[in-house]
Amino acid sequence: MTPNSETSRGENLASCHDCGFVVALEGGAHHAATHCPRCHAVVHRRKPDSLNRTWALVITAAMLYVPANIFPVMRVISMGKAQEDTILSGAIYLLVHGMWPLALIVFFASVVVPLLKLIALTFLLISIQKGSSWRPVERTKLYHVVEAVGRWSMTDIYVVTILVALVSLGNLATIEAGLGAVYFAGVVVMTMLAAESFDPRLIWDRVRESNG
Amino acid sequence: MLDLNFKALGSAELSIPAGWLTLCHACDLPSRVGNVPVGGTARCPRCGSVLYKRVGDSLDRTLAFALAGLFLFIAANAFPFLALKMQGNVTHTTLSTGVRSLYEQGSPIVASLVLLTTILAPLLQISSLIFVLGPLRLGLRIPGQARVFRVLRSVQAWSMMEVFIMGVLVSLVKLLDMAQIVPGLALWSFVLLIPVLAAASSSLDAEWVWRRIGLEE
Repeated sequence: MTPNSETSRGENLASCHDCGFVVALEGGAHHAATHCPRCHAVVHRRKPDSLNRTWALVITAAMLYVPANIFPVMRVISMGKAQEDTILSGAIYLLVHGMWPLALIVFFASVVVPLLKLIALTFLLISIQKGSSWRPVERTKLYHVVEAVGRWSMTDIYVVTILVALVSLGNLATIEAGLGAVYFAGVVVMTMLAAESFDPRLIWDRVRESNG
Repeated sequence: MLDLNFKALGSAELSIPAGWLTLCHACDLPSRVGNVPVGGTARCPRCGSVLYKRVGDSLDRTLAFALAGLFLFIAANAFPFLALKMQGNVTHTTLSTGVRSLYEQGSPIVASLVLLTTILAPLLQISSLIFVLGPLRLGLRIPGQARVFRVLRSVQAWSMMEVFIMGVLVSLVKLLDMAQIVPGLALWSFVLLIPVLAAASSSLDAEWVWRRIGLEE
């Protein structure tokens, strides 16, 4: 059951980001805003200042990504000896112990996903700023993937949490969260906020402009 | 001031009239959504994003899943989550033990993020569904429903229970040759809570709910 489409130009319609209600906005500016009559949220034609905000969050996340991978996320103190684990060495540990499916998941969730998210968002931002009308459907899908997959980066944070809980109470060993965990948490939060502040409708604005 | 507005939900009110206007949230194309059959999905003709999904018995189903979720959530937080057996010593932990330990070790940022994504966000998700849908089921409108329903939308992205279970799995493997791990009742409740909450969100018909609780229409 596909809906009938109609032309959108010149109608000055905007949909409420919170409840989807369609509102007629005065003036064609992107930042014209009003309150949604249905749920009282502020309605904008586009998310406010989307490109600048997303850029700022992507750059912040990229800067945090470096210390997140260099500093240990976890410190195991056992019988006077301290052993430190970074994100990467945690994945390698699983690989060495023959748990390669799990190692692969951890490697993808912690190393590849944040990096791909940053690269994908950067690509989307640049393509919009260059006014590209190249494959808008695929770029929209790329955005949906970035939005959906980012949460899996939290895996390593949870591993640290669970190990800290289980082992800190035992007498033989203590596990502490390392500095890397804080930076890594920062990467996850910043990339999630970046995905949320990005407005995929900007991809289509350029397509419309270049078509007519 | 509690303004209880009793309204019987007649059968005419139970479906959304065909031909309502919506804008695609991903590409902004205006579309009119026709008669979507139960179980059907209307997609944007230009970019393919989902515009509307029609679920049969949406209100009853979503409310049932949310109530089941509430009981599972309570069980997941009240009972022992994991126990660790090492050389005769047994350590019991609950879901919140890790959050507390992280906080005490001086990692308040990581602790808050874990608290938000595994306890607060799921709780908000469940309770806001019950707060909005419960009165609707009884044919009531109570103040604050619209506000709470808006919160639900923003909280969903931060509820990450399935990722937490992946973390449990990885932790178990890492401790395999060091100690014996005994899963507790809370862990099983938590594992059950994931599909129950996923079912609650996928059976929720937000457009239908908004038409019932909207502030002015």
